[in-house]
Amino acid sequence: MIPALFVLAYLGVVLYIGIFAFRKAAGHETAEDYFLASRSLGTVVFLFSLFGTNMTAFTILGSSGHAFSNGIVTYGLMTSSSALIIPLSLFLIGTRLWTLGKRFGFMTPVQLFRDRWECRHIGTIIFAVQAVLLVPYIIIGVMGGGTTLSALSGGWVPYWLGGALVALVVMGYVFFGGMRGTAWVNTLQTILFLSFGAIALTVIGRGMGGFSQAAEELLRSPATAPLLTRERISQLFFLSYTFIPLSTIAFPHIGIFCLTAKRLQQFKPTVILYPVCLLAIWLPSVFLGVMANRAADVPAIATKLEARRQLTAGAGQLPAEERQRLRQTAAGDDVVVLLLNHYAPVWLAGLLGAGIMAAVMASDSQILALSTMFTEDVFTFYGGRKRFGSAAQVHTGRIFVLILTGMAYLIALEVPVSIFELAVQYAFSGYAALSPLLVAALFWKRSTKWGALASTLWTAASVLAVAILQYLVPASAGSERVIVSLFGAPALSRTPGGTAIFGLMPVVPMVLVSSMLMVVVSKLTRKPGTEIVDRYFETSKASSENAGFARARTQG
Amino acid sequence: MKQRILISLVVFVYLLHQDFWFWRTPYPLVLGFLPVGLFYHACYTLACAALLALLVKLAWPFQLEASSESLRSLEDEVR
Repeated sequence: MIPALFVLAYLGVVLYIGIFAFRKAAGHETAEDYFLASRSLGTVVFLFSLFGTNMTAFTILGSSGHAFSNGIVTYGLMTSSSALIIPLSLFLIGTRLWTLGKRFGFMTPVQLFRDRWECRHIGTIIFAVQAVLLVPYIIIGVMGGGTTLSALSGGWVPYWLGGALVALVVMGYVFFGGMRGTAWVNTLQTILFLSFGAIALTVIGRGMGGFSQAAEELLRSPATAPLLTRERISQLFFLSYTFIPLSTIAFPHIGIFCLTAKRLQQFKPTVILYPVCLLAIWLPSVFLGVMANRAADVPAIATKLEARRQLTAGAGQLPAEERQRLRQTAAGDDVVVLLLNHYAPVWLAGLLGAGIMAAVMASDSQILALSTMFTEDVFTFYGGRKRFGSAAQVHTGRIFVLILTGMAYLIALEVPVSIFELAVQYAFSGYAALSPLLVAALFWKRSTKWGALASTLWTAASVLAVAILQYLVPASAGSERVIVSLFGAPALSRTPGGTAIFGLMPVVPMVLVSSMLMVVVSKLTRKPGTEIVDRYFETSKASSENAGFARARTQG
Repeated sequence: MKQRILISLVVFVYLLHQDFWFWRTPYPLVLGFLPVGLFYHACYTLACAALLALLVKLAWPFQLEASSESLRSLEDEVR
């Protein structure tokens, strides 16, 4: 109950931040101000808000839950694989997006694609695919809010009320504060959940009597010893996970966030410190998730461990319903909350609960990004601004925020979470497969709109194909089901966690084929006009002559 | 030449992620509780930060900065 009060106070604070941002913008609110904070974010807000934007409910809860079941491999799969790829993509692509946004006034990636490849409806198709892949992400954010508030209050706040509160607060500060409010809230959230890791580790470590004994005990038991190695995961699967972070720069909310920096210089600390922030939040979460396997003195965790033991003992013999029930009981998404409630004093559990809530409320930037995309790529592009004026554009954006959040909440109440978890899983692969579009637009003169169309259609078709396959061929408990073999080796398999193609995650062929289509189809179609190529590439060549001055000034 | 060295360094660090040598062992437990595989990847994360600092120092896209600076001075003139 008391932790829930801390969380409610926190929700009040973030709502106030949104209203404060609204007051600050009052009187001079343009579309660029509402959707991009007038491209004026400073160094600290840019770093923390960009990082916070990319962290989701999975960051604390999901990562510790995954580590509870799968062990230390979680960190290698989801954190260190991102530590190089994400900041590198910000360094190479984000900086270029920012420059082009500044030069040509772009507010969304689709505006860049439309201009760069001189296309209209192909841009609309890219918008549609991006939007469809983003919606489940927003819905799962609302669901995460309801579940977490309910768990933190010990069931005192029901799921429907928790979800409604979180949806209302997010809708409120996005509606009022636009990008400025969202960025400020994200900054506060990031500071909160970055502090969470070290404090939680200290408090829980002390409560458990130190981690050394817990680690030794885990190693003594044959059931838990593999959690401290990666022997249960194939090396090919581990390798293919490094393709997932390619999705980050292709996410519209990240692309749009890159446009909000005041100066290009602000990318420097963001690029360098991004891996450090990742380490600060993910290492404690993953480690605590693993250590929770020794916290049998916490009754709810003991129940989970018993459910897992029954699942392992009865593998292949349990009826499907019982297996599903046991699997749900054994899931570890709330182990960190349980550890905190057991080992931390009530007031600290409340504060740390607010830190968890901060990570859960990540749907704000996605809602704002979708609103920006709708108003810019559809409303303005098809003549809305010309007909109704610039003020109507901001009003449309705000109405879109209301409708989208309301719909997300209603869907979250009605549809089982597993469907959206699956959709989000494939949203990452889908966005990774869209990343060649950005690379081609920014670095390859010869790329064409037809190449972009081929990559986009391939992405949509492959995401759909994998989803249908997983629907038609259910996973079998604990083992891999081979669907297609080639020369005696499994080519296409249904694994307990998804699908494997030659032992790799589907994201690998999706990205490789998307890149290949971009190259082959571009080569087969007419070259883009010299005027447009000059505008994008010769200008940068000419400006490189001035680069010496910039370098001298920056370094001097 | 500098560009080639930096690209090779990025590829090398990418490959270091696949640490098959610590795949099946938790030992040594660093500080008495941290399995070596997890410790390695924590260090890897910090090594990525160091590499990125090097890239920012040696390969920063000054030409982009120059073009945005010239745009800013143009905006100032218009004002």
